[in-house]
Amino acid sequence: MSKPQKTIIKTPYPTLPKTLTGINGLDEITEGGLPTGRPTLICGEAGCGKTLMSIEFIVRGAVQFNEPGVFVAFEEKSDELAMNVASLGFDLKELQQQNLLKIDHVHIDRSEIEETGEYDLEGLFIRLGYAIDSIGAKRVVLDTLENLFSGLSNQGVLRAEIRRLFTFLKEKGVTAIITGERGDGTSLTRQGLEEYVSDCVILLDHRVINQISTRRLRIIKYRGTVHGTNEYPFLIDEDGISVLPVTSLKMANSVSLERVSTGIAALDDMLGGKGLYRGGSVLVSGTAGTGKTSLAASFANETCNRGEKCVYFAMEESPSQIIRNIRSIGIDLQKHIDSGLLHFNASRPNLYGLEMHLVAMHKCIKKYKPSVVVIDPITNFINIGSVSEVKNMLVRMIDYLQEEQISVMFTALSLNTIVNEQTDEGVSSLVDAWILVRDIEFNGERNRGLYVMKSRGMKHSNQVREFVITDKGLNLIDVYLGPGGVLTGSARQEQMLLEETGAALHSQAIGRKDREILRKRKVLEAKIASLNSEYESVEEELNKVYHEEELKKQILAKSREEITRLRKGEVAYNDKKEGKKEKK
Amino acid sequence: MKQEADKKWELRLYVAGKTPKSVTALSNLKKYCEEHLQGQYRIEVIDLLEQPQLAEGDQILAIPTLVRKVPEPIRKIIGDLSNEEKVLVGLNIRPA
Repeated sequence: MSKPQKTIIKTPYPTLPKTLTGINGLDEITEGGLPTGRPTLICGEAGCGKTLMSIEFIVRGAVQFNEPGVFVAFEEKSDELAMNVASLGFDLKELQQQNLLKIDHVHIDRSEIEETGEYDLEGLFIRLGYAIDSIGAKRVVLDTLENLFSGLSNQGVLRAEIRRLFTFLKEKGVTAIITGERGDGTSLTRQGLEEYVSDCVILLDHRVINQISTRRLRIIKYRGTVHGTNEYPFLIDEDGISVLPVTSLKMANSVSLERVSTGIAALDDMLGGKGLYRGGSVLVSGTAGTGKTSLAASFANETCNRGEKCVYFAMEESPSQIIRNIRSIGIDLQKHIDSGLLHFNASRPNLYGLEMHLVAMHKCIKKYKPSVVVIDPITNFINIGSVSEVKNMLVRMIDYLQEEQISVMFTALSLNTIVNEQTDEGVSSLVDAWILVRDIEFNGERNRGLYVMKSRGMKHSNQVREFVITDKGLNLIDVYLGPGGVLTGSARQEQMLLEETGAALHSQAIGRKDREILRKRKVLEAKIASLNSEYESVEEELNKVYHEEELKKQILAKSREEITRLRKGEVAYNDKKEGKKEKK
Repeated sequence: MKQEADKKWELRLYVAGKTPKSVTALSNLKKYCEEHLQGQYRIEVIDLLEQPQLAEGDQILAIPTLVRKVPEPIRKIIGDLSNEEKVLVGLNIRPA
């Protein structure tokens, strides 16, 4: 007997529910936030941002997701805490009044406490439970449990109670963050306990390399879900914490066929007549003083003229310096700043580490949503990181910009005048187009030559063009390729002048020849005419003889007839007879 | 009867339900007080299960906790108070 056919209903496996933290980037790395209803440990050394991250979790939960939270502070009093985070724009007092936040300061002072006999931490549980229930909290932060150990001496009880606390939090169904100080050696926490009972462990780190500090974050453990495993840099600034999921390089970006102008018509011509692809990256490299910044500024100016937004990351010059300098070539950037289309972001590369620069740029780009980004120059990054690190950073930058369909122009200083096939940063292989501006030193003067080293996916000119910076803007001129090689600047002018003179002389010479030919023809024509008349006279002469002959003949014939007639007397009759006789 | 009619010692014992530890603590406390502070003390037992909001005020973490409100300064003794010596020292009844 056959079994009745069962209809198999595919029940999707319930995936781990997650709670969005609202912290920039953290939700991407954790693929949706922290595990809902479970405890998460944030550990790290002093000053790495544990408390800030946990308070941001609570505040964002309350403000963005309307989930009330309880913050149990073992270290700071609630006033101190409120003061500390006020600089980030978090108003804890306001949130407390709205019953979205409850701060419970747990004060433990060993000198006040005497221990005799058995005890447990039921009091803490009751406090916590009461705080959670009083505002219906969904999020809880315990910052930091460590202090329990410094205040109480019975380790056995504490360890058991902390385990019970984690269970208690799970039973309460709150998404909890427990912070813990990093222990000695390899252990993540002093007690070596919290990391085992937490479902998710995030390690914060604050490292100083080459005098530049970078904060990093790593998810060490996340039960029941995939997560990013790398170290991610994060930034603490006036908007709180931003984590950058920088290494999500999927290379699956869509590309645009749209072209954007570089701001120099002649350069657009060189790039297939239309300019660069939107979302593409272009590197302008060259030696000092070849006009890289001018090119970049012209690109930015063109973008703003189209009514699009542009962010200009100035790494060497201050914005006002750039504006002043660029005004000298007839480009007014100030009006674009005033209209809000152009935004300058000036910072020295040494300000912070590479990762931080990347995070800061991301933040800036996210904020202003430009269609074009200029980074001028990338060369100085080399001061704060190795070549491979800089390259890595730029890859991530390019990747991000491509994803957002933002065109980017980098400028790079190449140190030697010999054309280097590789820029110092090694980014030439990453960019879509590479424009090289180089010095052409000739005849006691330096001139600029520009050519397109590469340009992916478009027909581009292979010519070296002379790049001239005038007070009306930038332009490209064909360089003169003479017998003596490439001529630029005044040599080109001279050569052109020389050519003009030559041409004038040439045309004059040609004129003279023409006239001579004309004269020759006239002479010949005259000769032909005289010969013709000569011929005519000869012909006439000949004709005259002929006529005379004919005349003579006629006259002769006539006279013979006359004679015949005279001899026979009867001219007509005789003629007939004579004729008959002759016939017979 | 002593000159001070009002109670010199105000003690508060925080418990959470009738757990063995709490019961032991209370009986220990009563015993010590009768022995050393007869007539000068007042014991207030607070059950946090009934009044959880009171836990924050006295910074209660552990259960049971004995808080000496008067005389100042506030002292706390946690545990089931099984060590008489420690309790008496902790409450400043007997100098250390």
